[in-house]
Amino acid sequence: MALSLTNVSLRYHNAGSNPHQGFVLQDIDLTIAEGEFVVIIGRSGSGKTSLLNIAAGFIAPTRGSVTLDGTPVTGPGRERAVVFQDDALYPWLSARDNVAFPLKLRHVQKAERDRRADELLDLVGLSGAGNRKIWELSGGMRQRVGIARALASEPQFLLMDEPLGALDALTRGRMQSFLLDVWQRSRTGALLITHSIDEALFLATRVIVLEPDPGRIEAEFRFDFGQRHLAGETAADIRKSPEYKAAHDRLTHVIHNEGAEAA
Amino acid sequence: MTYTTLSETAAPAEIENREPAAPRDHTRLVYLGTIAAFLVLWTIASTAGLVSPVFLPSPFTVIRSLYGVLTQGFVDSTLMQHTGASLYRIFGGLITAVVIGVPAGLAIALSRVGRGILDPIVEFLRPLPPLAYLPLVIIWMGIGEASKIAVIALAMLPPIIISTAAGARGTSKDHVNAARAFGATKLQILWNVIVPSSIPSILTGIRIALGAGWSTLVAVELIAATQGLGFMIQSAAQFLVTDIVIAGILVIAAIAFLFEILARWLERTLVPWAQHR
Repeated sequence: MALSLTNVSLRYHNAGSNPHQGFVLQDIDLTIAEGEFVVIIGRSGSGKTSLLNIAAGFIAPTRGSVTLDGTPVTGPGRERAVVFQDDALYPWLSARDNVAFPLKLRHVQKAERDRRADELLDLVGLSGAGNRKIWELSGGMRQRVGIARALASEPQFLLMDEPLGALDALTRGRMQSFLLDVWQRSRTGALLITHSIDEALFLATRVIVLEPDPGRIEAEFRFDFGQRHLAGETAADIRKSPEYKAAHDRLTHVIHNEGAEAA
Repeated sequence: MTYTTLSETAAPAEIENREPAAPRDHTRLVYLGTIAAFLVLWTIASTAGLVSPVFLPSPFTVIRSLYGVLTQGFVDSTLMQHTGASLYRIFGGLITAVVIGVPAGLAIALSRVGRGILDPIVEFLRPLPPLAYLPLVIIWMGIGEASKIAVIALAMLPPIIISTAAGARGTSKDHVNAARAFGATKLQILWNVIVPSSIPSILTGIRIALGAGWSTLVAVELIAATQGLGFMIQSAAQFLVTDIVIAGILVIAAIAFLFEILARWLERTLVPWAQHR
């Protein structure tokens, strides 16, 4: 399965009469295959979140199309689960009921959805936290619940909008390993938005750099640091390796140049 | 300049670190002190003969007549019967207002057509004093319980409709989008996301509505009622039985206070998450 954005542009509704102005995104071509981990990185105003919202079906592009194996996508769907920056968990539900929410929408029996939810909580390392209230959980735990909830709808694609953005540095590092692990086990195609170069390098099989005003694809890189971590190499060793440092410099250079151009 | 900014940013943290229990107990002491001082002043004013007992009977007289109304009654009904009649009207009005007001508020928030139809009606009703339309409702519905409950419900409707609509409109966009991404239908989004998310606001609306309901109740009971706390106070005033007037006022105050406690308890048990978002 592949999720494709073809020639996608997005323009503000109130952008004025000049048809060349007011674009948030312009001519984006992007395909995410199953088993890929695509990270989109760019400075603020580069339309990262708009891109994700279009892929999720929350907003329709002004031009261009979103297709799923060639079939046009017109709205949100459960094959594309979304993880939000601000977790978007339902505070009136327990952690278990939050995870079971997508199953409830499909009228799965209560006993069955509780069983599935507990399995998923085990998977994200929150065994026994099912009865906890959302506000009793730390930021990192909430994001784990959010990811478990996304997985409950058995998606082919996992769309994540800066899921680690609100976490402290230590939790963030642990959550990156966790994300890689979940991605590998669930065999989904992942699309993650970030503004952290380190996060992009560590997680991605492919990094897309977005340039702002209007948002368009500036560069594309392939990396294998995530796979190396999954194969057993420690995060610290990977970050110390010369390849990682070279890649970091290269990515910083691309994003930095883009900044110089804009200024 | 830099120094002031630094001290300003440091201040909130310091306040948070302070022990919150001590100042709160302090406030409670002041509360009790105020009430005690008020009672003492009242006792002195009435027993020392500063004010005529016709205008201000002593607290003891009020307590005695409260006991009298409780056991023997006043104007053909005991205090319990008066209170029961009033509570019946208040709750009748509240249930009617919630049953109509919550769906109406949701319709205003979620549908343009609903808003177009209902908004003018709410805006027409909201500034009107209930006493203004009371005679009309009596012409239409007679002088029985139905017209009393209808007027109380009409007075309670605007706050409930408005706060329901505000709650529904304030539903987090991410909460709705998450449900959409999981394939929820519009009805499932309404029932599983928008309604639960609006409940804190609906409860606030109910609290405001109860206030409006009490003031309307007393007015409604002035007209063609044979029971009720408002009726009891009004009758007592006509015979210049000031102790019963004061007793009635105290009973209404006590019930309103109990309602407030009940509402807060409901908020804590039904929507404990509301204070954490």
